[in-house]
Amino acid sequence: MISLEPRAEPSKLMGYAAPVIALVVTLLAGLVLFALLKVPVGEAFYAFFIDPISSVYGLSELGVKAAPLIMIAVALSIGYRANVWNIGAEGQLILGGICGGAVALYFYEVEGWFVLPLMIFAGILGGMLWAAIPALLKTRFNANEILTSLMLTYIAALLLSMLVHGPLRDPDGFNFPESRLFHAAATLPIILEGTRLHIGALVALLLVVVGWVLLSRTLLGFALKVNGQAPRAGLYAGFTQNRLIWFSLLFCGAAAGCAGLFEVAGPIGQLLPTISPGYGFTAIIVAFLGRLHPVGIVFAGLVMALSYLGGESAQISLNLPVAVTGVFQGMLLFFLLAADVLINYRVVWRSKAVKA
Amino acid sequence: MSIQLESTATPLVAMRGISKAYPGCLANDAVDLTLHEGQIHALLGENGAGKSTLVKILYGLLQADAGSIEWQGKPVQINSPAQARKLGIALVFQHFSLFDSLSVLENIALGMAVPANRKLESKIIEVSTRYGLPLDPDRQVYTLSVGERQRIEIVRCLLQSPKLLIMDEPTSVLTPQEVDDLFVTLRRLRDEGVAILYISHKLNEIKSLCSEATILRGGQRVATAVPDEESTQSLAALMMGDEIVVPTREARQPGDTVMLQLKAVSYATSEQHGVPLNDINLSLRAGEIVGIAGVAGNGQDEFMQVISGEVRLSDGNGLRLHGVPAGTISPSERRKLGLCCVPEERLGHAAVPGMSLADNAFLTAHHRSGLISGGMLSTGKTRRFTEQVINQFNVQCNGTASLAASLSGGNLQKFIVGREIEQQPSVFVVSQPTWGVDAGAAAAIHKSLQAMANAGTAVLVVSQDLDELMLISDRIAALCAGRLSDVYATHSVSIQDLGLLMGGAVIDSSNAGVSDLAGGLDSGTSTSDSAGAGDASA
Repeated sequence: MISLEPRAEPSKLMGYAAPVIALVVTLLAGLVLFALLKVPVGEAFYAFFIDPISSVYGLSELGVKAAPLIMIAVALSIGYRANVWNIGAEGQLILGGICGGAVALYFYEVEGWFVLPLMIFAGILGGMLWAAIPALLKTRFNANEILTSLMLTYIAALLLSMLVHGPLRDPDGFNFPESRLFHAAATLPIILEGTRLHIGALVALLLVVVGWVLLSRTLLGFALKVNGQAPRAGLYAGFTQNRLIWFSLLFCGAAAGCAGLFEVAGPIGQLLPTISPGYGFTAIIVAFLGRLHPVGIVFAGLVMALSYLGGESAQISLNLPVAVTGVFQGMLLFFLLAADVLINYRVVWRSKAVKA
Repeated sequence: MSIQLESTATPLVAMRGISKAYPGCLANDAVDLTLHEGQIHALLGENGAGKSTLVKILYGLLQADAGSIEWQGKPVQINSPAQARKLGIALVFQHFSLFDSLSVLENIALGMAVPANRKLESKIIEVSTRYGLPLDPDRQVYTLSVGERQRIEIVRCLLQSPKLLIMDEPTSVLTPQEVDDLFVTLRRLRDEGVAILYISHKLNEIKSLCSEATILRGGQRVATAVPDEESTQSLAALMMGDEIVVPTREARQPGDTVMLQLKAVSYATSEQHGVPLNDINLSLRAGEIVGIAGVAGNGQDEFMQVISGEVRLSDGNGLRLHGVPAGTISPSERRKLGLCCVPEERLGHAAVPGMSLADNAFLTAHHRSGLISGGMLSTGKTRRFTEQVINQFNVQCNGTASLAASLSGGNLQKFIVGREIEQQPSVFVVSQPTWGVDAGAAAAIHKSLQAMANAGTAVLVVSQDLDELMLISDRIAALCAGRLSDVYATHSVSIQDLGLLMGGAVIDSSNAGVSDLAGGLDSGTSTSDSAGAGDASA
């Protein structure tokens, strides 16, 4: 008989092993899925997991996809540690793209070193502004930030759609819902010639370091963690809860807004009705897969970036629907949550015999 | 006598050679325990001695690694609490599991998984009147006192007509009068043939109630004694392993400086079931211990929060620290002014359960003990500070990285109290310093409180344990329904007087008219007659 027995203490080993277990099980389930779709399993496996990263360009694309995921996930994880459940990073990302993109279009064809920094500043500000709404509602009216931040995501998406259909549409674009292509001074520098890998990758790594130092070495990070685990102890110690909520949301808004600006000023190069394949939502999975730890998030971000590339590759070479990406991401989160049970419980094979 | 012999022949329960190991510790080491019908048996031991583990095994919450259990002479395997209940074992936990916003009837129905109907209601009334446990089935639980809540748990157990009733530290939350009532009920149950396993560390209670005692120390059964034939000292010695030094009353000469002053403090709580504070006046001077008695739920939580700064007053002058208005400043700023507090709830309030002792030390000590350097946490300094607390207060743990939740209640309390004392506060406010703490740890905590006061710290102790307050406090008052009574010299009031104060009565008319209680009522030397006569805020 198999049963789950509570552990005396949460297992540290399982904390690290659970994501690996989840990955392996996801892989196996994926293979079963391919078999059911009557796709040659070996080929599908190759197309999904190996082919996308078998060239330098492929690896650079992995970086392009991983950068926004890691940036957002690091910021999300800080909030999650503090029990602030921001689900609306996608909306904050979109607002960053809108605000930064609007600056680029305002200074269209203006060559100057200041354009890009101004865009980044506007992008960060836009994301923060969007995140400030749930923060205000939470601190002032105790409105649940999960709901408010999520709902604001849809508003942001519609706002972007409205703008590219209207005021920000390319005047010479034959009425296509797209903005002008950004000029050179408004696009991100590439760090690897011949690829799309931009400075966002470096910013992501910088943010990992910042997040790590913040959480492990500063009073603010300590206060965030205490607030997440035992809010009353935080009050007792003298940490102001509202301040922590504001910080968590604004920090994440800034990171997501910046990531959004990097998307429009980098790989996309203009404003489109859709500027993100759900990075803001996928980053939630990345944050948990990375154990809410900045370093873990780097690995998790790369894995999830691969799921995007794999989905595209499988679509091209095997005619699989692009939804495969979503299925893999969903399965991974599902199995991760299941594997997390092993942190607090152990599996026991118990014989029925009476012990004497 | 013949009954005695019969019951000796077939005990109700016989646990033999029970062993249970946790990672890193042997909680039970071949423990034997035999219980007979119609007998109140004490299970005595320090925190961490293995009492809870043994009881959890008996109740089916844990499985023993080795050993056997016989029920009425037949070997049984108890795999779950449901199975234990089927055998006739009932357990009243130390911490109640009740839903505040449901009625008594609904809570009992939920616990027994039966519908909350008339039939159950009449059974509740029948059982509660039969055993002298008055309960109104329709009352909402949040309106009840702790003693009444305990009655719900007991009635819930009795409804299952248990053969064995296990009581885990039942009196730690009761007033003296309630304790007497409980003992009447327990004796009646015993006379009806129920076996009672009574877990406690209060030796006087065990001597008056129990006919036999099993004493555990370090996971082993060290003795089975007849409490009547032992002295309190010898029982304590069996429990602790060596003679403990129980602190004695000390006479102190408090200083003149008022360190903490509350002036006409009223606070309406926003909590759903909170108690508003009403016109509280108190002056605490350097070098004295003032005790605040009262049954839980009379505003102690709010009182502590107002002092610690977890809730702020609208007027800064309502609370002064060394004369500095501090009613509106945060807990950390108050700490900078020398005020350290220990709230009642250890896990989740005074300490973060899932964090290490080092992190928990940093939690409140980071400022006063300088554990931050250059804007960053100093892990080295924090570790050294934590080690100092662990050593000074003899905290049993696996080092500074142990999680707070992994410590036994007594050890964690020593750690928390030690953490605040090591910050050398000038005002120290502690709530329930020895709640659920074994005799050894309680003595250690009492001694350190006395030592602090002797060194000139102003100490305020909020407690439900009257023996404790009578022992350590120089002056004493009671909190009832959010109002604080007059403050009396401890030697001038009896336990009975205190019981009255806790009920909101006014004792001795000569003291009652004094409206301004701020300031010392006496200097620890005056007689009972003059207690409460002084007024001026010193």
